[in-house]
Amino acid sequence: MGGWAIAVHGGAGVDPNLPNERQEEAKQLLTRCLNLGISALRSSLSAIDVVELVVRELESDPLFNSGRGSALTEKGTVEMEASIMDGPGRRCGAVSGITTVKNPVSLARLVVEMVDNDFFITEDNIGMLKLAKEANSILFDYRIPTSGLESCAAVVEKPIQMNGLPISVYAPETVGCVVVDSQGRCAAATSTGGLMNKMVGRIGDSPLIGAGTYACDLCGVSCTGEGEAIIRGTLARDVAALMEYKELSLQEAVDYVIKRRLDDGKAGLIAVSSKGEVAYGFNSVGMFRGCATEDGFMEVGIWE
Amino acid sequence: MPPERREPREAALRHCLQIGVDAIKAGRSPLDVVELVVRELEDNPHFNAGKGSVLTSNGTVEMEACIMDGNTKKCGAVSGISTVKNAISVAKLVMEKTPHIYLGFDGAEAFAREQAFSDGMETVDSSHFITPENIERLKQAKAANRVQIDYTQPIPKAEEETSLPNGDSQIGTVGCVVVDGYGNLAAATSTGGLVNKMVGRIGDTPIIGAGTYANSLCAVSATGKGEAIIRATVARDVAALMEYKGLSLKDAATYVIEECTPERTAGLIAVSATGEVTMPFNTVGMFRACATEDGDSEVAIWHDEPCD
Repeated sequence: MGGWAIAVHGGAGVDPNLPNERQEEAKQLLTRCLNLGISALRSSLSAIDVVELVVRELESDPLFNSGRGSALTEKGTVEMEASIMDGPGRRCGAVSGITTVKNPVSLARLVVEMVDNDFFITEDNIGMLKLAKEANSILFDYRIPTSGLESCAAVVEKPIQMNGLPISVYAPETVGCVVVDSQGRCAAATSTGGLMNKMVGRIGDSPLIGAGTYACDLCGVSCTGEGEAIIRGTLARDVAALMEYKELSLQEAVDYVIKRRLDDGKAGLIAVSSKGEVAYGFNSVGMFRGCATEDGFMEVGIWE
Repeated sequence: MPPERREPREAALRHCLQIGVDAIKAGRSPLDVVELVVRELEDNPHFNAGKGSVLTSNGTVEMEACIMDGNTKKCGAVSGISTVKNAISVAKLVMEKTPHIYLGFDGAEAFAREQAFSDGMETVDSSHFITPENIERLKQAKAANRVQIDYTQPIPKAEEETSLPNGDSQIGTVGCVVVDGYGNLAAATSTGGLVNKMVGRIGDTPIIGAGTYANSLCAVSATGKGEAIIRATVARDVAALMEYKGLSLKDAATYVIEECTPERTAGLIAVSATGEVTMPFNTVGMFRACATEDGDSEVAIWHDEPCD
């Protein structure tokens, strides 16, 4: 027991007809991100630094929808959102409606630093934010709607649905990472390009603390899937609450929320505990994920 | 607190409580009642919601609100509202008319305009919401270079007072929780946020599980320092303690306020499916009011006034 552990996800709700090459690509990306996190953990980076690092990598790769490759709103624009939470002290930060910053998770991290100054928000902090924006040079200006893509609806016969879209059209839209470092500190981060064809201004679960992301002394959790179901079920917080108030183990808590807190919703999550355990669960068709623990265990998967 | 600051708020609390009681007796659903009561509070300039909202660092108003139905756990939330008279009604429409839960800023305003002919979607010039007291508060907060959490006094002093009926702490958020005779529950919260807040800063009010929550066990509306309430997932935790640890409403609420949030950061109002009501807070005071079917009713501010 004990030791570090890490899990990553690239979204829940995967087209069962996804071509093998795409599946392989996804697994390679997940493996690469896990390894990135593992090296960082071995160099004793703290949990919150590791989750930020890994999610930046996931954001930068266009394969999963978040950052590059983000899904489009009904107007053809992109709005990204992210949140990050540090178990010790439960410091957290979140951003939404991001259109020109390359790595939303890093912006969320900056919010943590500002909020941590109690409620003292000064010109300096705002300046820091501006610098960050400039440093994260714009790759794509998502404010400009991509023409011809105003409506992303597609008609498929009797499709498996996810978030109201046929699964062949739906792109699992979220990435996340949870880590417990060798000091037992947990952290979690989630980032998304949002829901395809969503209303402009729609905020999902990814930037909402307690819904898509949560970390405390006991665990770190990152969720993905149908945002509204995750919000309603306060999924990430409930994993921790079950451990804290009902004394369930990490896996029991994960299973419980997937089974009983989602009602008709489809979602998945990854979680780590302060004791070095890692767990995941999903009731959707597939979830891109990977996990590794200090004792050498490593696994990457898509299906059950 | 001088009478001229206290009395209008107490009177407003009494008035809103009565509106709520009358609506419940008339058979309105808890969801409708909480919206009704919060609208009344939003329209009252003495509270930090709707008219009377505190100002951002740019001198603008950015309001947010949230509503949740206990039975279905359907919910709606908005942030960054600046021209709609009643943010709580926009939140309710998001819940009822969209596949989503939460809309922010431009998207929320655009949606409200599309719904312009629905009941209660009145839009106004954003100057409607701005009061001289709040202009003064912002000036003082900037001079002190702080984000002010106690907005009930124009001068930023250590003394804390709250300013929201039905359980709203210092920050001045307004809220309402209701249970009807059948055990149906609903919660609603609305706010202008923090004085001198960064443009775009979102607090706990629109975050399901932080400032607002309702399920089949209880309905909760919290108020206080947003960041502390978010961190402690206050509203959800009251319900989770009841569900997972078997605590009573009162014990769960007290635990969350006393053990999970730092001193002087939070307060909440909560009702249970069985008709209990509790209003704990760890600030100096919290403007609050409650009423139950058996005829008890109270309006209070400080700690030594019983209202449970």
